[in-house]
Amino acid sequence: MKTKPFFIPLAGLGVGTRIFMGIIIVAAVLVPLLNMTVAADHVLHIPDYMVALLGKFLCFAMLAVSLNLVWGYCGILSLGHGAFFALGGYVMGMYLMRQIGTRGVYGNPVLPDFMVFLNYSELPWFWLGFDQFWFMALMVILVPGTLAFVFGWLAFRSRVSGVYLSIITQAMTYALLLAFFRNDMGFGGNNGLTDFKDILGFNIQSRETRATLFALSALFLALFLFMTAFITASRFGKLLVATRDGEDRTRFLGYRPERVKLFVWTLSAVMAGIAGALYVPQVGIINPGEFAPANSIEIVIWTAVGGRGTIIGPVIGAFFVNGGKSLFTGWFPEFWLFVLGALFVFTTLYLPNGIVGTFSEHWHRWRAKPAETLPDAAPQAAE
Amino acid sequence: MPPKLTSSMLYLDDVNVSFDGFKAINGLSLILEPGEMRAIIGPNGAGKTTMMDIITGKTKPDIGEVYFNGNIDVTKHDESAIATMGIGRKFQKPTVFENHTVEDNLLLAMSGTQTIKSMLFGSRSKNEQENIDQILATTRLTARRNDQAASLSHGQKQWLEIGMLLAQDPKLLLVDEPVAGMTDAETDETARLLREIARNHAVIVVEHDMDFVRNLDVKVTCLHEGSVLAEGSLDVVSNDQRVIDVYLGR
Ligand SMILES: Nc1ncnc2c1ncn2[C@@H]1O[C@H](COP(=O)(O)OP(=O)(O)OP(=O)(O)O)[C@@H](O)[C@H]1O
Ligand SMILES: [Mg+2]
Repeated sequence: MKTKPFFIPLAGLGVGTRIFMGIIIVAAVLVPLLNMTVAADHVLHIPDYMVALLGKFLCFAMLAVSLNLVWGYCGILSLGHGAFFALGGYVMGMYLMRQIGTRGVYGNPVLPDFMVFLNYSELPWFWLGFDQFWFMALMVILVPGTLAFVFGWLAFRSRVSGVYLSIITQAMTYALLLAFFRNDMGFGGNNGLTDFKDILGFNIQSRETRATLFALSALFLALFLFMTAFITASRFGKLLVATRDGEDRTRFLGYRPERVKLFVWTLSAVMAGIAGALYVPQVGIINPGEFAPANSIEIVIWTAVGGRGTIIGPVIGAFFVNGGKSLFTGWFPEFWLFVLGALFVFTTLYLPNGIVGTFSEHWHRWRAKPAETLPDAAPQAAE
Repeated sequence: MPPKLTSSMLYLDDVNVSFDGFKAINGLSLILEPGEMRAIIGPNGAGKTTMMDIITGKTKPDIGEVYFNGNIDVTKHDESAIATMGIGRKFQKPTVFENHTVEDNLLLAMSGTQTIKSMLFGSRSKNEQENIDQILATTRLTARRNDQAASLSHGQKQWLEIGMLLAQDPKLLLVDEPVAGMTDAETDETARLLREIARNHAVIVVEHDMDFVRNLDVKVTCLHEGSVLAEGSLDVVSNDQRVIDVYLGR
């Protein structure tokens, strides 16, 4: 009996979602395997750059899944989710910086190169503890989580919602962008944090480490999808949708929508932070550019294109749009932004439920066809 | 617990609300006894819905006292707190959760006092399921339980919202125009249902349909321009010349 709630969402998962989660878990193993064990000239070989690229996409997909939880299911359109991602990334970056030790250009055992360069005499207090992996892991959760909690507490309690909320989330990421650009913030200014050497003692450039990071990203993505499925299938998930569709109405049933929103908002920020922390070791750098408002808007586009309010939609969207971006920036880099804009307009006008939403609508309509006459006739007879 | 200030279920005394200088509620006083059902009538704009807004915490009175269940000063609490303390409401325009199934609407209505944790990890109890089945049967929505609320007819939405009130099981029910958009048969059925509910709940029903009000067979209050114009049995109220002038005669 105890395990029951655990199985309800699995049973409730659509076939598509189950297959999809299976693919991700298989990819977690298969992609690194095909990269490391298959000869480079074999057709099945996956080259290093492809592992790195797909690993990046997995992190973007996690980010989109986190946005979907608040936007798709609870109607909170965040235009600042990139900030939580970047904060998670910075936390990981700080740990990686402190692993460099004497291997830096200046050979200082404690201070990262940029601090030596800026004449720091000792480590700022907020860098303490980041030499420990466990401390960093804790901070990946606490830093974005705390910011989101405080921000959400203030915003939701004052009943700020809709466009106003979107605007202040955008302002939040912009403020952080400006702050992190400053050298005296102590996070490396506009160069950010880079030149990482190793993670938990493993060379960060090695194939094995990269394979592990890739697999971890895939597993976390699968976990996030499972969490989305679990939450949305629960009674709380129904309350989320109710809050999205009729926030005021829920109050008259005794609910406190500000608490409901604060909970998912904070959870979503933590998920975004984890995505950022897995992203940074795979790309080898974190800089203030990650806070750029445009980044946060892109996350919204991935989610919209894939299908907000669907479980796997954001993943499809993140891969589809970023895949397109990789191809386009190879062919005609100057056109990408126009293509992205056009894609967003097209989605908004013609596919308001995104790729997955539109697909599943047609699927359900097609499946409902044969039985259609029955449920319609019954109530009419009753009236 | 502070001593009971009044023995009534609901006590409004000299309540005033104005919107941008317009007095929507003007010295309104009203007392509802425990277990009583009251029908409220009155012309459009009389302040019937605004009165419900005040009782449920949506609108704060400028001056005046509002006490619920003897000693709860409603004006000091917000909508969620008031709902949890036992005041339920059906809105004039039916407001159900359109994207949820009929059954899920009822489930949400009965879970308002749960914590986030229990809503995340708890499963539906046998009791709750029986309660839902019972309410579905009472509101004649059993055949539609798995359909989206959006697909219901107007009358069925009204019934679903009454069902949500039953699921919420408050001490006091405020029911705003429950039979708008219903057929005569449905209207009769609703009157029967409300009389049934009134056996163990206090109820305030706002309605323009006089046949329906007669059918309820309870004390009637007529509101006009934000205050009580007449009060008593339907016969007394409907024969009151002022009521005829401002409302019934038109
Ligand atoms: N939030 C508000 N802001 C401004 N005016 C309001 C507000 N709410 C109600 N009013 C005004 O107060 C008056 C009373 O409205 P109310 O909705 O209470 O009337 P009612 O008796 O329910 O009428 P009906 O029978 O048409 O439902 C109306 O003139 C209305 O325009
Ligand atoms: Mg009204």
